[in-house]
Amino acid sequence: MLNPDAHLALNIFSAGGGSAFGGDNPDKAATREGFGKGVVEAGKIDERVVVLTADLIESTNVGAFQKEFPDRFIEMGVAEQNLATVASGMAAYGKIPFFTSFATFNPGRNWEQIRTTIAINNVHAICCGMHAGLLTGQDGATHQALEDIAMMRALPNMIVISACDAEEARKATLAAAKVGKPVYMRFAREKMPTMTTAETPFEIGKANVLWKAKVESGKSKVAVFATGPVLHNVLLAAKQLEEEGVATSVTNVHTIKPLDEETILREAAIADTVVTVEEHQVHGGLGGAIAELLSQKAPTPLTIIGVQDRFGQSGEARELYEEYGLGVSHIVATIKKAMSRGTK
Amino acid sequence: MSITDAEVKNIEAKAKAIRETIIEMLVAAKSGHTAGPLGMADIFAALYFHVLKHDQKNPDWAERDRLFLSNGHICPVLYSTMAHAGYFPIEECMTLRKFGARLQGHPERDMLPGLESTSGPLGSGLSQATGYALAARIPVKESSDSHGAGDRNFRVYCITSDGEHQEGNTWEAIMFAGKYRLSNLIQIMDRNNIQIDGRTEDIMPLEPLADKYRAFNWHVIEIDGHNIREFVAACDEAHTIQEKPTLILAHTIPGKGVPQIENDYRWHGGGPGRGVPSAEQKEPFLEAIKKTYA
Repeated sequence: MLNPDAHLALNIFSAGGGSAFGGDNPDKAATREGFGKGVVEAGKIDERVVVLTADLIESTNVGAFQKEFPDRFIEMGVAEQNLATVASGMAAYGKIPFFTSFATFNPGRNWEQIRTTIAINNVHAICCGMHAGLLTGQDGATHQALEDIAMMRALPNMIVISACDAEEARKATLAAAKVGKPVYMRFAREKMPTMTTAETPFEIGKANVLWKAKVESGKSKVAVFATGPVLHNVLLAAKQLEEEGVATSVTNVHTIKPLDEETILREAAIADTVVTVEEHQVHGGLGGAIAELLSQKAPTPLTIIGVQDRFGQSGEARELYEEYGLGVSHIVATIKKAMSRGTK
Repeated sequence: MSITDAEVKNIEAKAKAIRETIIEMLVAAKSGHTAGPLGMADIFAALYFHVLKHDQKNPDWAERDRLFLSNGHICPVLYSTMAHAGYFPIEECMTLRKFGARLQGHPERDMLPGLESTSGPLGSGLSQATGYALAARIPVKESSDSHGAGDRNFRVYCITSDGEHQEGNTWEAIMFAGKYRLSNLIQIMDRNNIQIDGRTEDIMPLEPLADKYRAFNWHVIEIDGHNIREFVAACDEAHTIQEKPTLILAHTIPGKGVPQIENDYRWHGGGPGRGVPSAEQKEPFLEAIKKTYA
C-alpha cells in the first residue's frame, strides 16, 4: 500500500490502465521540466546561481532561466569540456553554476574535466545530465546515457541524484543549489507520471519508502529499491504483487551517493527477497551501490533489474522499456523469479 | 608599472635563486619535470616580485590577482617561486612529491594556500581562468555581497604550455574568451617548442600561433620570455587592452640556465639522469646556473 508519509499524488494509478505511457492521467511531466522550474526558483533565492548550456537551451529546459536572468545565463556553444571547466572557474569565484547538456556528453565527454577541476577541487558546481536513460527514445544509443551513474558515483566528493519525477527534480534542484559540494543530477526527456507532491519529503541522502509492505505471517516479503522515472512502473508492479499476496516495499533511492545506508539496510533486513530497478546498466549503478552495501554489511542475495550490458537503440520510450525489461510485466516476472531462486 | 634597472637586477637574481632551488628539489624528489620549470623561471620571478598583486601573508586576499597554472607539471617553478616570495620556507621545497607533502606532484588546490586550482591534466586551465574572469564580470546588486570573492578589481592570469594547444579544450576556451571579450584575462604561453615525444612542430604543428589567436579575437604580444623588461612591458600593454583578452606569447628556452640540457626535449621530465637531474648532476647543474648568471 502507498506509504501515507510519502504524500504521493492521488491519481498516480488512474486511467490508461495505470501505465506510465497511457491515458491523460496521472499528471505527466519530464524530470528535465522540473529542473527548469527549480533552477529559476533557485535563481530567485540566490543571486550566485548561474546556468550554462552547450547549445541546448530547449532540451535542457533552461529557457525560462535565460529569460529571467539574462546576465547569469552563459551560452557555451557545442563545447562540453569547456562547459565543465568554465563552470569550475565560476564556482571557484563563488558562483553556483548549473551546467547542462545531454548526459552522454556531460558527464560522458567531460568526465576528466569534472574529476580534476570540480571533484578534486571540491567546488560547488552542479553537472546536469539531460536525456539520461532509455526514455531519450528515438535519438538512439548515442544519446541514451546508461553509464552516467557509474562514472559519477566513482568520484570522491560527488553527490549523485536521480529524480523520479518532475516535482522531485524541482526539489532536488533547489536542494543542490544549497549543498555546497559537487553534484551530478540526471534527468530524462520523456514526460512521465508525477508521483510525488509538494508535501512529499525530499532531502539529499534520505531515501523515501513509497510503498509499504502489508506484512502477514507466513507470506514472503520483497524489498524493491528503485531510482528515476521507472519508479512508476515499480509501483504498478508492487500493486500487482500485493494483489497476488506478495508483500512488497518500494523505496525511492533518489540519492545514489551518498547512499542512505540506514533505510536500505532496514528495508532489506525485513525482506526475504531484495531487488533493485534502474534505467541504467546493471553494472555500477544503483544495483551496484546496493550490492556493495549489502555484501559488506548484511550479505543478501540481490537481483539487479536494469540494462543488461547492452546499448540502447531508437524507438518509442514505451517500446524500449519493454525491450529492456523495464515494463511492469517484466518487473513483476523478474521479482517472482528472484523469489523462487531462494531467499537469504 | 614602470621598472627600474635595480628592480630588473633584483628579479634576475630571484630567477637565478629560483632555478637553483628547482634543481635541488628535483634531485631530492628523484622525479618530476626540469625543462619547463627552468624555462619559466624569469617570468615567474617577474610575476611574483613585480607584476602580480598578491600577499604571501594573506593568500586568500580578495583583491589579489588570480594566477591559474594550466600546465601543472611545471609546478617546481611555481613552488620554488612561492617559497622565495615567502609563502612557505624554502626547505619545504625539498618535500616535493613526497608522501604527506603539500607540494604534490601536480598542484592540488586545497593542499597549499595560494593555489587557485588543481592542474596537471592539460587543456583545462585556460577555461577555468576564463570562467573565473567571466564570473567576476557578472553584474551583482549594489548591496550584494553574494559574488563570493570580495573585490572584483583584479586580473586573471593563466600560464599555459604550447603543447597543451593540441588539446581541444584549450581551443574551446580561446573561442569562449574571445566571444566574451574578457579583457581581465591575460594568458602567458610558454612557447618552448618541446613536448614529451619531441619538438612540437614535429609532433603536431602549432604555428602560426599568433595569427590563430588574433583570428579568435585576442590581442597578442610576442616576447622573449627571458627578458624581464619585455615581459613587464607586455603586462603593461595587456592592462590597457579593452574588449579583448591578451596572449603574451613568451618564447622561452626549455632548460634555460643549464646549457647542457637547453632545448633538449628529453629533459621535459622523468627520473634521475633521464629527465631530472641525478644526484651526480646536481653540482654540475648548479655550477652551470652560477656561470650563466654570473
